[in-house]
Amino acid sequence: MIDKEIKRLNARNITDREFFYGHKACPGCGGSLAVRLALKVIGERSCSVLPAGCMSAVGFIYPQMAFTANAMISTFPGTASLLSGIAAGARALGIEDFHAVGFAGDGGTADIGIQALSGAIDRNDKIIYICYDNEAYMNTGIQKSGLTPYGTRTTTSPAGQNLPGSITHKKRLFEIVAAHGIEYAAVASMGYPIDYMNKVNKAKHCRGTSFIHVYASCPTGWGTPTETSIEVAKEAVDCGLWVLAEYEKGEFRLTRKPKSFTSVEDHLKKQGRYRHLSERDLSEIVRHRDDNWERIRSAWKV
Amino acid sequence: MVEDKRFISGDDAVAFGARLARPHVISAYPITPQTVVVERLSEMVEDGSLKAEFMHVESEHSAISAAMGVSVTGARVFTATSSQGLLYMAEGLFYSAGGRFPIVMMNANRSLALPWSIYGDQSDSLSQLNSGWIQVYVEDAQEVLDMIIQAYRVAEDPSVLTPFMVNLDGFLLTHTYEPVSIPDQAMVDAFLPPFSTHNKISFEKPLNIGFSTTPQDNLEYKYQQHKAMLDSVEVIQKVDAEFAERFGRRYGGLVEEYFCNDAEVVLVTLGSVTGTARVVVDRMRETGRRVGLLKIRYMRPFPVNEVNRVCETVKRVGIIDRDISFGYEGTVFTNVNSALSRLNNPPETVNFICGLGGRDIPKEDLEGMFLQLLDGSGSGKLERVQFIGMRVSINDR
Repeated sequence: MIDKEIKRLNARNITDREFFYGHKACPGCGGSLAVRLALKVIGERSCSVLPAGCMSAVGFIYPQMAFTANAMISTFPGTASLLSGIAAGARALGIEDFHAVGFAGDGGTADIGIQALSGAIDRNDKIIYICYDNEAYMNTGIQKSGLTPYGTRTTTSPAGQNLPGSITHKKRLFEIVAAHGIEYAAVASMGYPIDYMNKVNKAKHCRGTSFIHVYASCPTGWGTPTETSIEVAKEAVDCGLWVLAEYEKGEFRLTRKPKSFTSVEDHLKKQGRYRHLSERDLSEIVRHRDDNWERIRSAWKV
Repeated sequence: MVEDKRFISGDDAVAFGARLARPHVISAYPITPQTVVVERLSEMVEDGSLKAEFMHVESEHSAISAAMGVSVTGARVFTATSSQGLLYMAEGLFYSAGGRFPIVMMNANRSLALPWSIYGDQSDSLSQLNSGWIQVYVEDAQEVLDMIIQAYRVAEDPSVLTPFMVNLDGFLLTHTYEPVSIPDQAMVDAFLPPFSTHNKISFEKPLNIGFSTTPQDNLEYKYQQHKAMLDSVEVIQKVDAEFAERFGRRYGGLVEEYFCNDAEVVLVTLGSVTGTARVVVDRMRETGRRVGLLKIRYMRPFPVNEVNRVCETVKRVGIIDRDISFGYEGTVFTNVNSALSRLNNPPETVNFICGLGGRDIPKEDLEGMFLQLLDGSGSGKLERVQFIGMRVSINDR
């Protein structure tokens, strides 16, 4: 449980120190920003764990190491289990004021890593798990994952005469995690970085497992200009395709309650991965958004 | 001091050995016939006789992944598995060896599906010889207990820093009860100091661990791993000798020879079948047959010099394999032949494939192998790869 008042973070009171720099991520990479900002909150008494994926590929190429605090690459399915082991070892040795934090992508979390994540939450190990969701396997070349939305063109869900790209909607990862009865979980977006950092700060003060699902733009995989990464991630929230929320003490809470939504079509049509969408596909996406919100409003009692 | 001698199973002996090694964390997932190990260790944690955390991991993949996490903090970790579980952690086996995490693991040797079988053979661990783990195979419950303790000394040696797999035959050893001497904790503490390594996280000097290399550096990393395995030979022998000095039990290092000095033929064994083969050797020696037995203890590092020293003067060598590399031959056979190829006049070798999926290897079969080796086939060579005790006929092409 998070049992004390935590000071709110803002652009003025966060540290100038950098714990992730000199890496080789693409310009405009939302994932690398998620790592950078989270580590500013978490600090140096930490060990970051990154599975196979963009962040490990860009951060750990010997001899150019981009993490200035401890960091380690895990196996692809093993982010949460490696974190658990680190937490257990630190506990056994009496290492205090220490954080084991994982940064895994959408595929590394919702697909291949979900078993280990589930086990870690079940054990309530004191770890912070951050899933940076760029909605496909970007490191390997934009292949569909379990968190790729309906209608997304990827290299394994091509859009053509017969298919609109991905034909399945995203798994409800946040709710899957919450269903474990986790101590703290949150959904954030790189479009709202201060909100994200404060959620990371809450996770840092959590005594058990905490989880943050952060929407992280990928200009390379999404076909968006590099300078619009923050804007696109903000729009996703504003048009209702992404939800900012928390799960704490058994209850869901919206951290941003939109009164109305901006245009889904305008948001999607800016992205190369959605430029092919037909009217019918667009209305399916909007229908799914509305169903989702209806369910959230009734099931989450918000 | 009164000796603490107990009548326990091989799995119990593993748990006693692990407790004596004082691991900080046990990270293990249950699988038959390893389960008694994790049950005993859980009980020891519960009753406080083992000051460790028992991590209830959700798979073998997570067991080995968490074990790496423990090790990277500088804490000592123990895990145990078998068969399908070992294969499920295969990714982590190579990973932990490359990361130079001196994890100690017990593996209950068991057949691999399909067909499903919970019974013993050695195809599980032999399939992972290239994973970079030290592999020892034991003959009885006392040896397994002693080897768990020795394993930490060898694995954690700064010149080795390589994970260590202690193999014992499923059911034949894991579930057989034998009198086992439990060493005194203080004596084990004196023999096995606390784990100390530079290969761990640090706040003064933070590390990036488990990184990527370009083609420019990869070969050098792999060579260092290879070198550490080669260097472990000396450490294994030193540790075996020191163990003998302190505890009075010597295992011979990489191999153990039984009546090899004047042997005309030698049978090579791994694991529990060695015990049966000793009886057969004794019996045949009584009738003047010059037969010998070479128990290979370590498959990695492989006892090249020991195998060659024993085999260079004998007429024929039989190699028992409780595994088969389909379409070729047994893995132990391949390894022995590779060593023997360094001799000028290597002896004829025969591969006996038997004991698969828990099939018994009776004394009569072993005697038959020795007789074949002694008598030969007349003019030509013996059939090179033989399936012993086959109950179906083979259709020749």
